[in-house]
Amino acid sequence: MTTQPSGGPTPEQSLALYERMLLIRRTEEKLSADAAAGVLPGAVHLYIGQEAVATGVCMQLKDSDWITSTHRGHGHFLAKGGDVNAMMAEIWGKKTGICKGMGGSMHVADLSKGILGANGIVGGGLAISVGAAFGSKLSNDGRVTVCFFGDGAANQGVFMECLNVSSLWELPVVFVCEHNHFCEFTRAEQVTSGEIINRARAFGIHAVKVDGNDVEAVWRATAEAVALARSGKGPCFIEAETYRIKGHMEFEKELLAGGKYRELDEIEQWRARDPITRHGERLVKAGIATAAQLEEIGARVARQVEEAVAFSHRSEPADESLVFDLMFAGQKP
Amino acid sequence: MARKRYTQAINEALFEEMERDPKVIVFGEDVELAIFGDTRGLLDRFGRNRIRNTPICEATLTGMAVGAAAAGYRVVLHMMFSNFLYTGFDAIANQMAKLRLMTGGQLELPITILSGYGGGRSNAAQHSDTPHPLLMNLGGVNVAVPATPADAKGLLKTAIRGRNPTFFMEASGRGGDSGEVPDGDYTVPFGKAAIAREGSDVTLIAIGTMLKPALGAAKQLEANGISAEVIDPRTLVPFDEDTILRSVRKTGRVVVVDEARDRCSAASHIAAILADKAFGSLKAPVKRVTVPDVAMPYAPNAEAKVFPSEANIVSAASAVAKAA
Repeated sequence: MTTQPSGGPTPEQSLALYERMLLIRRTEEKLSADAAAGVLPGAVHLYIGQEAVATGVCMQLKDSDWITSTHRGHGHFLAKGGDVNAMMAEIWGKKTGICKGMGGSMHVADLSKGILGANGIVGGGLAISVGAAFGSKLSNDGRVTVCFFGDGAANQGVFMECLNVSSLWELPVVFVCEHNHFCEFTRAEQVTSGEIINRARAFGIHAVKVDGNDVEAVWRATAEAVALARSGKGPCFIEAETYRIKGHMEFEKELLAGGKYRELDEIEQWRARDPITRHGERLVKAGIATAAQLEEIGARVARQVEEAVAFSHRSEPADESLVFDLMFAGQKP
Repeated sequence: MARKRYTQAINEALFEEMERDPKVIVFGEDVELAIFGDTRGLLDRFGRNRIRNTPICEATLTGMAVGAAAAGYRVVLHMMFSNFLYTGFDAIANQMAKLRLMTGGQLELPITILSGYGGGRSNAAQHSDTPHPLLMNLGGVNVAVPATPADAKGLLKTAIRGRNPTFFMEASGRGGDSGEVPDGDYTVPFGKAAIAREGSDVTLIAIGTMLKPALGAAKQLEANGISAEVIDPRTLVPFDEDTILRSVRKTGRVVVVDEARDRCSAASHIAAILADKAFGSLKAPVKRVTVPDVAMPYAPNAEAKVFPSEANIVSAASAVAKAA
């Protein structure tokens, strides 16, 4: 993509970043409300507060580039160009879902958009991304693979293995660690020694830290990392500091029976650094958009989300017989 | 036809499939030199873009197999000993076996995982397991258990050309055994058992490494006037029920021989199928000759004590044949 001489996005790109972040936010606010109402079939892990990371990264990628995602994967899916109707229908367990209702919230995938899938196993995408990047290296196809994972996954042994082999073989992979401060229901610092970024540096991997609530900062860091990886110089590592505004999962209050792992005022402090509000203010200040234009975008996004919900509601339930057809290719289980 | 060793047959299949399809790649620990000999020589012919040694990191290797297959390759991953599948089991059980269904069929994963299994050579508990029951229980992977060089070559070709993940269980203790291998290009289909020997009094169902002692036992039984039919399922997933049911309807008496530990083994699964579908034909309880639920010990005498032997099979078959 063309960027400004400063390395930042063009005005059109800035507006696109804003709209994409807002789409993720409004989609998930609706999911949060539906989870609270108890009408969704399964659990949802929401990305609210972290939208700048997925958006800043994915809008630097081509459709043919791969991403692997996490259990908190709605944002990555939408940021990489996944269809909101198909994702919403998937979460509702419908036939029209992107995975025909067989995967649900934690497994949204769209191969045609390079989305290798969200993953219910913490760290589950790491080795898959390295394998995809290995394939690109062998084919010399110019693709880059971005692996999204969290501070929790950084404590998995497979993370170290993947840093080793990707650096050794100079694979075109960009590791994006979203440090959202929580490993499920435990504070990251309680279970993490040292700085995660230093783990990447120990393997000779080019690594940068970025404000994960600043979409332009993420965009710029990704431009550099993707260019390096694409040029054949091996993997890059981005640690994006952000904050998980919502719980590990919706409904967790009931599960935790009154127990808590953080104070409410901490959440409020991070709300003050909200990535969408910040970027909107920047757009207005730079004269790229007026407040009224941002409201127009907001209205457009709201209609899109409403339509996605309506689409899901009017879709047929998943086809049960697919369970037996899809387990194997061309073979019954 | 020519006589070839089991490992040599595997090696030939790899050479031929890599020649045939440039998308076939081989990676794993020490595949360049190959302690079993099965991947030997591939490096000289195909170079490191097609075959390469990896770090010792099974958790990553199994996941990489998924990623590389998603990126369009036909992956052959060598895991050396089957016990090392355990360290790579997350991507096997949570990714490889489930991704096709979870993605609504968007992904195809043509992955073949080779690993040597079985005891009998004082390799002790961590290099002697026979873990096909775990794999059979996953649901989304095929499990091939070739017993002969001819089947090893033909089944490996089917696995590599296939559209699904397949565990190709190498009978490591049988690697030096030789047998007739057909000339030229051929495949052996999955889900088609072989009748290794015809007989009429008792059916011996022998899995992988257990075919050889079962055939030896059948000879001894013949000398005692008992005619044993020996069936080699060749693949456990998919599983050829028809051939086994046909034989059991004829003999009414069955011994299943499996080198897995007894509890939830392939043998117990087959016994359950027979109880379900051939109950009326059975003239005696189905016997299992398996490894007891213990870790494989090191000392040769201790290992021999728990390892299924020809004598165990003869005695089980004789008891079944005599039962009223």
